[in-house]
Amino acid sequence: MMDQYMLEIRDLYVYFRVYEGISRVLDGVSLDVRKGEQVGLAGETGCGKTVTMKTVMGALKIPPAIIPKGEVILDGQNVLKMSAKQLLQMKGTKVSMIFQDPMNALNPVFAVGTQLFDVIRFSNRHTSNGGKLSKKEILNRAIAALDEVRLPDPKRILNSYPLELSGGMRQRVLIAMALVNEPSFLIADEPQTALDVTIGAQILDLLSELVRTKGISVLLITHNLGVIQETTERVNIMYAGQVVETAPTALLFENPKHPYSQGLLASVPRLTGGEIAEGIRGTVPDYTAVPSGCRFHPRCDHVMPICSQKKPSLLLVEPDHLVGCWLYAKEGGVK
Amino acid sequence: MTADESTFSSVGLEITVTRWASFKDRVGRSWYRFRRNPISLAGGSMVLLVILLAILAPYVTPYPKHAGVFTDFSSAFQPPSQTHWFGTDEVGRDVFTRVIFGYRVSLMMAAVVLGLSVPFGIFLGLVAGYFGGWIETIIMRVTDIFLALPPLVMALAICSAFTPTIEKAMLAVAAIWWTWHCRLINSITRSIKTEEFVQASQVIGSSHLRILFKDILPNCASAIMVKITLDAGFVILVGAGLSFLGLGVQPPKPGLGTMISYGSQHLPIKWWLTVFPSFAIFFLILGFNLLGDGLRDMLDVEAEGM
Amino acid sequence: MKFIYFFIRRLLYSILVLVGLSVLIFIIARILPGDPARLALGPFASQEMVARLRHQMGMDQPLHLQYVAYVRGIFHGDLGLSFQTRRSVSLDIAHYLPATFELVLVAIIWVLIIGVPFGVLAGRYKDSWLDNISRVVAFVGVAVPPFVVGLIGQLIFSYGLGILPTTGRLSLLTPMPPARTGLLILDSLIAGNFSAFGDALIHILLPSLAIAMTGIGQITRLTRGSVSDVLGKDYIEAARAFGIPNRYVTFKYMLKPSFIPPLTILGLTFASELGNAFLVEQVFSWPGMAKYGIQAILRKDFNAIMGVILIIGLAFVAVNFIVDVLAGYVDPRIRIQEES
Repeated sequence: MMDQYMLEIRDLYVYFRVYEGISRVLDGVSLDVRKGEQVGLAGETGCGKTVTMKTVMGALKIPPAIIPKGEVILDGQNVLKMSAKQLLQMKGTKVSMIFQDPMNALNPVFAVGTQLFDVIRFSNRHTSNGGKLSKKEILNRAIAALDEVRLPDPKRILNSYPLELSGGMRQRVLIAMALVNEPSFLIADEPQTALDVTIGAQILDLLSELVRTKGISVLLITHNLGVIQETTERVNIMYAGQVVETAPTALLFENPKHPYSQGLLASVPRLTGGEIAEGIRGTVPDYTAVPSGCRFHPRCDHVMPICSQKKPSLLLVEPDHLVGCWLYAKEGGVK
Repeated sequence: MTADESTFSSVGLEITVTRWASFKDRVGRSWYRFRRNPISLAGGSMVLLVILLAILAPYVTPYPKHAGVFTDFSSAFQPPSQTHWFGTDEVGRDVFTRVIFGYRVSLMMAAVVLGLSVPFGIFLGLVAGYFGGWIETIIMRVTDIFLALPPLVMALAICSAFTPTIEKAMLAVAAIWWTWHCRLINSITRSIKTEEFVQASQVIGSSHLRILFKDILPNCASAIMVKITLDAGFVILVGAGLSFLGLGVQPPKPGLGTMISYGSQHLPIKWWLTVFPSFAIFFLILGFNLLGDGLRDMLDVEAEGM
Repeated sequence: MKFIYFFIRRLLYSILVLVGLSVLIFIIARILPGDPARLALGPFASQEMVARLRHQMGMDQPLHLQYVAYVRGIFHGDLGLSFQTRRSVSLDIAHYLPATFELVLVAIIWVLIIGVPFGVLAGRYKDSWLDNISRVVAFVGVAVPPFVVGLIGQLIFSYGLGILPTTGRLSLLTPMPPARTGLLILDSLIAGNFSAFGDALIHILLPSLAIAMTGIGQITRLTRGSVSDVLGKDYIEAARAFGIPNRYVTFKYMLKPSFIPPLTILGLTFASELGNAFLVEQVFSWPGMAKYGIQAILRKDFNAIMGVILIIGLAFVAVNFIVDVLAGYVDPRIRIQEES
């Protein structure tokens, strides 16, 4: 059972100590990524996607962050209980990340090659055969990595500075850096957002192809539903620090159950049809003063009395489709 | 007026009204942040205190006559006491009084130097940044030449050509100071020039002058304010330096740098002649620096250099 | 952009500025009011004597020819004769320059070894007690006039505690080591004369610190801000996310970009130090070029004044050139942006 999953997040709570009090950002997040799967995590800005991602990577600064409860199990190990050394070994080799803005993710004063070499050099120290790689080996691996992401003239790229490359090239370089140490799990944070639409599409295609050939499990984080539809097999919809619905992608788009998901899908403008897309009324809650019960209830059109009293847990409404909403409490049981 | 013109003018009026409202709102919020920021508050109080003392100098000092020509050798070189808080100097004048009057000179110097150099520098900076091309090149190269020397040295060089007086010193410093403002405004103008609202004004057909003053200049306002505040401290510093070297305030006028210079000859026995004016000038410069820094934090400005 | 093009452009630019500076100085000296010959000889000298002196100094030539003669003289190392002493200005300056050079050099060393590490630590441990101290130091350093630092320093350490001398480069009884570099610290080391070395050190301590205070304040402040800025950047987080160990990230990926803003103001810092030298040399009777310059100014000895100003301008332009080139070498963004 355990071996099936690359990542399991179970009931994760993350709070932050801030000036105004305690910011309860993550309120019981549960999601999983099976091995070889490409899963999306979708939600609007401020819903907690980034915090979730940072927790998985072990990149949260523990004060001011507090993790009162929850487990994050990556390939059998609980990330939250790892030592700094174990975390360091994990990064780059087991789990890797693709950042949103390639210009910001690359150090502007070093050549791209220097950074790529460093990634190769350090991660190799943790592989089972020990020993260091020679310069030649590092160079070869770097060139191979750049080849994989279809960058021509790798030697020139290695000697270039980030400023000298185009946005698309920079993102390819970042992908190369993420994949060069053959991670089994990849977190992609809005990889196409900072790029032009056509370039972004190319990058997504490249990414999809690479992960499929290598069998890498992916958690794709984005607010762009179109991207979710094109590139993921399953999707988690996140709202205000909770996963409110999980389903295979096609199923979710066809038949969204949670009012928030329904609202999201309805708000995407369509090219055909005469209606103007509507947004969801209200705004994202203030995490220092969250609504009671279901966090979405102030904005929900189907709100019931129980919604403001108790937080709904994720319920199975059809195979592989979970929803966190009291509307479905009569059908099916608890997960 | 044609229909278009009247539409424009009524739209213009609306824009003006909303501009004013948003301006008031921004000022209100800035003031709120100012009150909450301890640095700007501290600096502001220090500067305010000095300004008040300077303005009210004849009324708050115990011996206002000592600020001018006055001798009383029987009271010369008195250490600090009840009657003379900061002691007396070599001719018997009360040091405290002279320090307060010395503040007048320092503040006046800042006001005159900045009053002359800032508008000039801003104007040249606007012109250079906006028109670009060879105009900009010439103006900026000239500023580079003026900036090829440390400010104090340049001021010394200019002062050297004249008989030393406080007025000549002020003019000398002003003659250099415009360059910094020119540079600052030039760089801001260059970056704003390409923004859309400037292009919009150009498309409507506003004259260059109008664009410069209505569109570009207001955006420089916060940077200018911060810079002027910080400059005030720096100008006073340079002025004190000039006076210390004998090229600024001439005796018997009270000037903090001059007083320190004279006082230094009597160290360490008559320490009060040096210590109090030194502290006084430090206090004022620090006040301006704190104030400028606090303003910069508040207005979120990136000022060049200091 | 190729580094070499950047280098050449900077060089040409520096030369241009120098030329402009020489013209400016020349204009100030010659056109502004006052007849230097008359001033030199005093009000009782006869007209003939004044005229003869003017002729001797080449002042009866038309202005542009005077300028040409002036420039030609510079290339031959001749800065004219001092009106007052009739000695060669260049010899005088050569005599006094090492003392000032040593002083400013030590001051820069102070700035680098105090300001930079302090700033890095303050930026790394932001809002800690260390950081708060650094902010105080930064403010005070920039607000205190250098001559005040010198005087108060004398008051406390020389007159009060008696551990530091007040004037000069060496105590009266200590003989000067043979001049190799003109820098007493180095000369005494070369000669193996350790007592002179120690003596030179304690003499230079207070004046160099007085000069350095402004720079220390500026650099601490800027380094702190820069380090704090860089630490919040995404590329630091990205480097960590790719498995690069923290220590490596700190020392390589953080330091290099952090040092760029302080590097760019190093030129300005040097300028402020040169200016401060004029004040501090007075306080400590340091026999340097600045003190010579002040005396020349008070006596209106124009050739001497021009000579000093020119040397300072040259030094400043040279330092700026070096700093610019270094910055362009370290930060590729500067090179690349030059093209636009």
